Amino acid sequence: MATTNGAVENGQPDKKAPALPRPVRNLEVQFTKIFINNEWNESKSGKKFATYNPSTLEKICEIEEGDKADVDKAVEAAQAAFQRGSPWRRLDAPSRGRLLQQLADLVERDRAILATLETMDTGKPFLHAFFIDLEGCIKTLRYFAGWADKIQGRTIPTDDNVVCFTRHEPIGVCGAITPWNFPLLMLVWKLAPALCCGNTVVLKPAEQTPLTALYLGSLIKEVGFPPGVVNIVPGFGPTVGAAISSHPQINKIAFTGSTEVGKLVKEAASHSNLKRVTLELGGKNPCIVCADADLSLAVECAHQGVFFNQGQCCTAASRVFVEEQVYDEFVRRSVEYAKKRPVGDPFDVRTEQGPQIDQKQFDKILDLIESGKKEGAKLECGGSALEDRGLFIKPTVFSEVTDTMRIAKEEIFGPVQPILKFKNIEEVIKRANSLEYGLTAAVFTKNLDKALKLASALESGTVWINCYNAIYAQAPFGGFKMSGNGRELAVLCLLQVTLPVSEKVGTGLFYLYVYSLIHWL
Amino acid sequence: FKYTQYKYLNQQCIILRAIFINNEWHSSVSGKKFPVFNPATEEKLCEVEEGDKEDVDKAVKAARQAFQIGSPWRTMDASERGRLINKLADLMERDRLLLATMEAMNGGKIFSNAYLMDLGGCIKTLRYCAGWADKIQGRTIPMDGNFFTYTRSEPVGVCGQIIPWNFPLLMFLWKIGPALSCGNTVVVKPAEQTPLTALHMGSLIKEAGFPPGVVNIVPGYGPTAGAAISSHMDVDKVAFTGSTEVGKLIKEAAGKSNLKRVSLELGGKSPCIVFADADLDNAVEFAHQGVFYHQGQCCIAASRLFVEESIYDEFVRRSVERAKKYVLGNPLTPGVSQGPQIDKEQYEKILDLIESGKKEGAKLECGGGPWGNKGYFIQPTVFSDVTDEMRIAKEEIFGPVQQIMKFKSLDDVIKRANNTFYGLSAGIFTNDIDKAITVSSALQSGTVWVNCYSVVSAQCPFGGFKMSGNGRELEFAWLVGNYGGSMISELNRIQTRKA
Repeated sequence: MATTNGAVENGQPDKKAPALPRPVRNLEVQFTKIFINNEWNESKSGKKFATYNPSTLEKICEIEEGDKADVDKAVEAAQAAFQRGSPWRRLDAPSRGRLLQQLADLVERDRAILATLETMDTGKPFLHAFFIDLEGCIKTLRYFAGWADKIQGRTIPTDDNVVCFTRHEPIGVCGAITPWNFPLLMLVWKLAPALCCGNTVVLKPAEQTPLTALYLGSLIKEVGFPPGVVNIVPGFGPTVGAAISSHPQINKIAFTGSTEVGKLVKEAASHSNLKRVTLELGGKNPCIVCADADLSLAVECAHQGVFFNQGQCCTAASRVFVEEQVYDEFVRRSVEYAKKRPVGDPFDVRTEQGPQIDQKQFDKILDLIESGKKEGAKLECGGSALEDRGLFIKPTVFSEVTDTMRIAKEEIFGPVQPILKFKNIEEVIKRANSLEYGLTAAVFTKNLDKALKLASALESGTVWINCYNAIYAQAPFGGFKMSGNGRELAVLCLLQVTLPVSEKVGTGLFYLYVYSLIHWL
Repeated sequence: FKYTQYKYLNQQCIILRAIFINNEWHSSVSGKKFPVFNPATEEKLCEVEEGDKEDVDKAVKAARQAFQIGSPWRTMDASERGRLINKLADLMERDRLLLATMEAMNGGKIFSNAYLMDLGGCIKTLRYCAGWADKIQGRTIPMDGNFFTYTRSEPVGVCGQIIPWNFPLLMFLWKIGPALSCGNTVVVKPAEQTPLTALHMGSLIKEAGFPPGVVNIVPGYGPTAGAAISSHMDVDKVAFTGSTEVGKLIKEAAGKSNLKRVSLELGGKSPCIVFADADLDNAVEFAHQGVFYHQGQCCIAASRLFVEESIYDEFVRRSVERAKKYVLGNPLTPGVSQGPQIDKEQYEKILDLIESGKKEGAKLECGGGPWGNKGYFIQPTVFSDVTDEMRIAKEEIFGPVQQIMKFKSLDDVIKRANNTFYGLSAGIFTNDIDKAITVSSALQSGTVWVNCYSVVSAQCPFGGFKMSGNGRELEFAWLVGNYGGSMISELNRIQTRKA
């Protein structure tokens, strides 16, 4: 990820290393209810659900469980907040940007609290939550704060004596369903562009990880977003998620999660009101290491690329193709890395890998590991759970993997690295492109021609050359084929949350803004 | 560093009065200083180090050094540049009272305007520019042949910026905001009448954490420091706001030296056209503010008012009534609504033009002469029955003088409005949509306001047609060459052969 610029005095970087941030001890979870109209509500049904700490397997607390009735209430609030003449609609664009900047300031203020909550709820190492997840949240908020007053339409010289111009307008009430692997970051990726363009939002955080979303609700209220602009309904997919996807008054839905559920969301959207859909789904991302690559760079990037976040990334480098000549050496070094990876308590500063998110994922990963063994892949290290209890899995490396094996085709979402061999560029391009996924890809080579050729040939939303997981708010992110529809971040995504409106004024028709006062405050 | 203690409004304030280079305060190479005055009292506020060619050379060297590939400024993330600019806005917010007081005292500006409008505009502009820093995108281009081609927007380099005295702080920020956002380094020469707020900004720029050499400030005079910037062989671009006369000199010098890019924001003789169907009170008030704001010292001053025959007399009557409502005095005093002109030169020029109006046969409705026995005060003045050949109808007055002319037909008034070398802004007052669209398209004007006036905002491009200027300020589509005219960003095309 991008480094934090430690420039202090006169632009010179701060010479002393900053102290490591500490988690908040004995953190009390304050926000457990449904957030609608800047108020905390109980569920209509009276039901609650529990959220667990995957490292300790203990229940953290109970959360109000939303269902269709709560979604309806949230949508009503979001619609009211979107009415012409409402405080949110009347707020000028730079002021919307200001609110997002101030929200970023509050997230920065409460960074340690949010990172602690995220670690408790997901099991990801605290330092990762603090330096990667939270950094991404703050930067994304600040990036979109800057766009708010820069979304321009055009004037267009058409035939005939007509004045024609386009304006970009907010879509309306946007639904967002976010995943459990980067709960807060994915929430901000959805929220920031939507608010930047003046929409109102109804969000459903993953049932496994609702805590940081609800805390963010409190910050949204503190900053001063008008009531109803952001509404958060925790709950389950088949209830809350389905209600959002098929709600007739929601004009757009954004979903990050599995391809399987993504298809259901798109179906429901079509069935109901043809709401606009963006999807950020799974991947089985190829990582291509050519013989002329900087081998230690490739090994390290491929390693982090697949093991980061316990393997629970849509961008996981879960098919490593290594050119024949360097195959054995690559495997040897990768195994060394995997064996050294510290697995343990996510609050321990030395830990790089925490537990998997829940029993379901844990079981699925172990099942795929077994399939690897059965189908003839060579288990180089790991291959089982860490202890008798708990959701920890040993970092696992398979070599001699072939394309037909399940571990080479199915998204594992766990700490398992399948390494495959290839002979030449044409072959690896075909094999890399052979799946229905197409989210990211990486290429390691020093040769310029190879790099450009592979970059153009790979059917992938993002291609990284000699790096991995380089994701920034400024650049669009999204998948080809069944890895998704649409793009997040950057200005491209703003086109997905605004509607260009053409206005034409001929003789006899009425429009044109005419009144304006000097406003500097 | 050098400073002067000055007492104002019962509070001490420190006035910085040295040359700001590499985040340090320097004396002038020549040892000379120049005086800075309070135009309301004519008293000297302090003396400031006087920059000349040698100081400009030092500043340009520092700016060039800060611009080297590999320097902290060049290697900083674009989003971090944006952070620094936002930090500068925060510091201005902190020091808002001090800056507004200094600006009012040094510039003769009504304090409430300085605090609300000037400082408000400054902060908003900085925040707008901060947002653009990491959004200045190039493109990949599918060209003929088996090539991989893309453009990148790069900073132009060392930008020389010459600032006027009418909105010293605001114009300073209109120049450095976009330039810094795109990653340039700057050498700024504030107007010799009003260097104080610019120098205070130097201390804030250092405090915000901009690397040394990114912003350099050289106070001094036009013919010395200003000319040195315009003809410097190592300055890549010069931006100037001021008179058309000096703008021409700058463009010449740029051509003679190194073909540095030039953007100019010059004078105007902006027409305001009031149709018979307009909301009369609205038109009177906007037209009035349009010409009298800040003692008439605005490039956009609505200094040619064309009023349709049938409402002419009533319009004049209401305008005169409005013009009589001013309280002249020290702009720091609450209740005062008109301050002094900036200096003796402007004061005498305005009075000369007023006399010409009387001599050439315009009807003096009110005002028409100086006010008070200290400070450069002129009574708010209204002339009616003005005709197009009079000097007051042709020359930029830059004072509190309103010219009201009569018109009969739409085609005629468009011709008359366009009949000038200027073309900065214009105003139209009508409720008829066809008139609004027809006239606004027909006017040769950088900005046209319909049923309002003086509406300026960071998000919109601002600049003139014809001799009112070259290029546009603010709003980045212009600045980064989306419309072909690249001002502070160079488009770099990179082509690689594809395998």
